[in-house]
Amino acid sequence: MPAIEILGLEKKYEVGFLRKTEKVALKPFELAVQEGEIFGYLGPNGAGKTTTLKLLMGLIFPTAGSARLLGRHWRDPDVKTEIGFLPEQPYFYDYLTATELLEYYGELSGMDPTAQRLRVPEVLERVGMTAAASTQLRKFSKGMLQRVGIAQAIIHDPKLVILDEPMSGLDPMGRLEVRDIIHSLKDEGKTVFFSTHILSDAETLCDRVAVLNEGELRAIGVVADLTAQVGGKVEVVWQGEKAKPAVEALGAECRTTASLVRAVLPEAKLDAALDAIRQARERLVSVTPVRATLEDYFLQKLGRKPLEEVETR
Amino acid sequence: MNSRVLTIAANTFREAVRDRVLYNLVFFALLMAGGSILVGQISIDIERQVVVNLGLTAVSLFGVVIAIFIGIGLVSKEIEKRTLYTVLARPVRRWEFIVGKFFGLVITLVVNTFLMSLGVLLALLYVAHKLERGDLTVVVAIYFIVLQFVVVTALALLFSSFSSPLLSAVLAFAVFIVGTFAEDLRGFAAMSQGVTRVGATIAAYLMPNFAALNVIAEAAHAKPVAGNLILFNTVYALLYALAAVAGAVLIFERRNLK
Amino acid sequence: MKSRGPVTLVFAVLTLLGLAGQALLVRKVDALRPEATLEEVLYIPSAKAVKRMGLGYTGLVADIYWTRAVQYFGRKHGKGSTRYELLYPLLDITTSLDPNLVPAYEFGSTFLAQRPPQGAGQPEKAVALLEKGISANPNEWKLYLHLGFVYYFEIKDYLAAARALQHAAEMPGGNPELRAIAGTLAQHGGDLQTSRQLWMMVYQNEKQAQLRKNAERHLAAIDNDEIVTVLEAAIADFRRRTGRDPKSWAEMNANGYGRTVPIDPQGDAYLLIEGRVEVAHPETFPFITKGLPPGQQPSIGPQIVVQ
Ligand SMILES: Nc1ncnc2c1ncn2[C@@H]1O[C@H](COP(=O)(O)OP(=O)(O)OP(=O)(O)O)[C@@H](O)[C@H]1O
Ligand SMILES: [Mg+2]
Repeated sequence: MPAIEILGLEKKYEVGFLRKTEKVALKPFELAVQEGEIFGYLGPNGAGKTTTLKLLMGLIFPTAGSARLLGRHWRDPDVKTEIGFLPEQPYFYDYLTATELLEYYGELSGMDPTAQRLRVPEVLERVGMTAAASTQLRKFSKGMLQRVGIAQAIIHDPKLVILDEPMSGLDPMGRLEVRDIIHSLKDEGKTVFFSTHILSDAETLCDRVAVLNEGELRAIGVVADLTAQVGGKVEVVWQGEKAKPAVEALGAECRTTASLVRAVLPEAKLDAALDAIRQARERLVSVTPVRATLEDYFLQKLGRKPLEEVETR
Repeated sequence: MNSRVLTIAANTFREAVRDRVLYNLVFFALLMAGGSILVGQISIDIERQVVVNLGLTAVSLFGVVIAIFIGIGLVSKEIEKRTLYTVLARPVRRWEFIVGKFFGLVITLVVNTFLMSLGVLLALLYVAHKLERGDLTVVVAIYFIVLQFVVVTALALLFSSFSSPLLSAVLAFAVFIVGTFAEDLRGFAAMSQGVTRVGATIAAYLMPNFAALNVIAEAAHAKPVAGNLILFNTVYALLYALAAVAGAVLIFERRNLK
Repeated sequence: MKSRGPVTLVFAVLTLLGLAGQALLVRKVDALRPEATLEEVLYIPSAKAVKRMGLGYTGLVADIYWTRAVQYFGRKHGKGSTRYELLYPLLDITTSLDPNLVPAYEFGSTFLAQRPPQGAGQPEKAVALLEKGISANPNEWKLYLHLGFVYYFEIKDYLAAARALQHAAEMPGGNPELRAIAGTLAQHGGDLQTSRQLWMMVYQNEKQAQLRKNAERHLAAIDNDEIVTVLEAAIADFRRRTGRDPKSWAEMNANGYGRTVPIDPQGDAYLLIEGRVEVAHPETFPFITKGLPPGQQPSIGPQIVVQ
């Protein structure tokens, strides 16, 4: 049974005040996330990731289509006892302390009070917020809020965790910690569905990813399969300066360190580059294939680079 | 009642307390103390009247302002700040959220009014040296004021479910003022003719009827209030609040969050 | 979408039930305190206090009080309303809030002056109100006209009435016909012709529906009194000739007194009972002094001077 089944969800927005025009934020598509998977939902800004997650959580209503969550009808409110959700840039009742907030959400999720009392400190520990357990949220930094956000998403031990950009606002340590949490959730047999545009996170974490662009689903698959579709690159290193102009003419960027020149170029151009080096009678040091990344995939398939997140700390 | 509604109501009350809403009681206490000492000084045989008028008017105004200013934020502020996302991601039905918010604010107002009422009765005791049978009307007047808060809260919630906080505040205050003249409005309607009459009558009956919920003058003159009026006003306020809250649910049920 | 159905239905039903229910309760509450808006004035210490409470929106507040007066006393007019003691304070507040609300003086003086059940029977208060109005609006000739009315019909001070009408005639916009009336007033105080002229004056110049209606009723009453006077004279003549009372209008007609059953200004046939002329519906015929059943007091009205 898939944990999430998206059945042709579509969302159109009416924009403009007097002259209304339609803006399609999400075009209908099918997607199934299997139980126990860590599934990455990728796409550049404005691709429709948040829109999809809000639709799944019933925060906004689709113009067409439906979905199933954990094998149940997605509008069944009780299915949410088994789902944890972290919204994008989360914000919480800032008059509560972290502990009170988690207790509140625990109660709303129908948790047993005694189980909850044990669970709250445990979860706070897990997101590294034990020290701030009884601080009001209005005194929290952005990263701390993000951690509390993750805590509230897992407080009720849900089977499915949906996270909208969980690494956003976190320092490198925080990112590592969240990666660990996601991994451990998988180890516990949970399903994690998260959106991100930080591709390295997706590459290291995800069993599968889906790529979304301008509201359209562009690809689904294992990261390695996706990157394999992108032509590989090679790094060529040689000694001497004379071949450099010819190699640069092939579109490679060359860097000189001491007496060595280093150039990265598409595989297809490798022969021409080697010819140039040989003609210049210079010494070839190494030829190494460079593994294609999701970034390359984005660059080639979507024609744009996903904006790297700007750290606001 | 359902436990999620209670949880949300309790949290709404907690929010009001933490946001220092009950601090208004300090101002109220100062006002009552100052007022009763002052009339105690000038003593022209209307001390009781002045204390009751001043006290109940203040209870009513403080409460209405609180009801409107918190009420209009109940839904829209949560949408604006997106605190609602993580609540609705729980097994919380949207109607439970609305109803919980409503009860939370009503509880806040009841507690606030209860404390204020103690202040009024103390001031009364101070100027009149004893409480009498006629002072029962003061209690009835306070009860009616609470009913008024129930209606205002429901209306603020209704406006808040579809418009911005500022517009909601404007609407709520306008309706509050119009509602205090509701009887005149029905009078106007009765005097008009033809199609206007139908429209005006419907509009007049949609407005809340605050005039009948104000018996401060009777309380000041220690005149009794008919038992039937207490009954009818109670049922009236509950039905009106029901309509407004249910209307808020209807709107909120189909609303896309920002 | 599907599971939103029942919730929507339930709350739609609740909304409608609540709305219908509250409207019903409003009616019940209104029935319980029909005069509540008027009684409010009982608790108002003074017009000045209202002015202060109105926070400067005195015009609007005045309009509200004014509408209450018209609404209540206009609707209840002639139906045995009992709360005329509230009329003067109500009008006093209204005109203190808005001293230029001329219709309030006109309306107020009329209903204050007339005897119950058509008014409060307080002509002195009517004079006080009008004088307040005149000092605030010295150029309103109609206020003098109404002052003249109160003196003429209620206080029966024909000299004062003539003086007031003279004023009204001389003022800009004032009706010059009034001068002639004023001139004859002193000698013909109380005669039907003068009364008719005066009420016609109101009827023709008045825009307020209530006051026009009132004038119309007075005119009808004058018509009635004239008709009944004529009929009574005929019956007396019949009695003198036959030595007994006529049994019916048919008998009268047969003896050469008129050709049909006489009709009163309300459109009903006059009754002929034991030689007396009576209107069919005295309860809906205010101000008449003639044609009333025995024992019924004339409500109010001009006195008949038989010439
Ligand atoms: N309320 C709205 N009204 C109109 N358009 C909207 C609304 N919400 C979102 N959109 C549009 O829908 C598209 C998808 O937005 P969405 O927030 O899902 O993107 P995203 O993939 O989450 O982007 P990001 O990485 O920046 O968070 C955007 O073009 C956005 O402008
Ligand atoms: Mg987003």
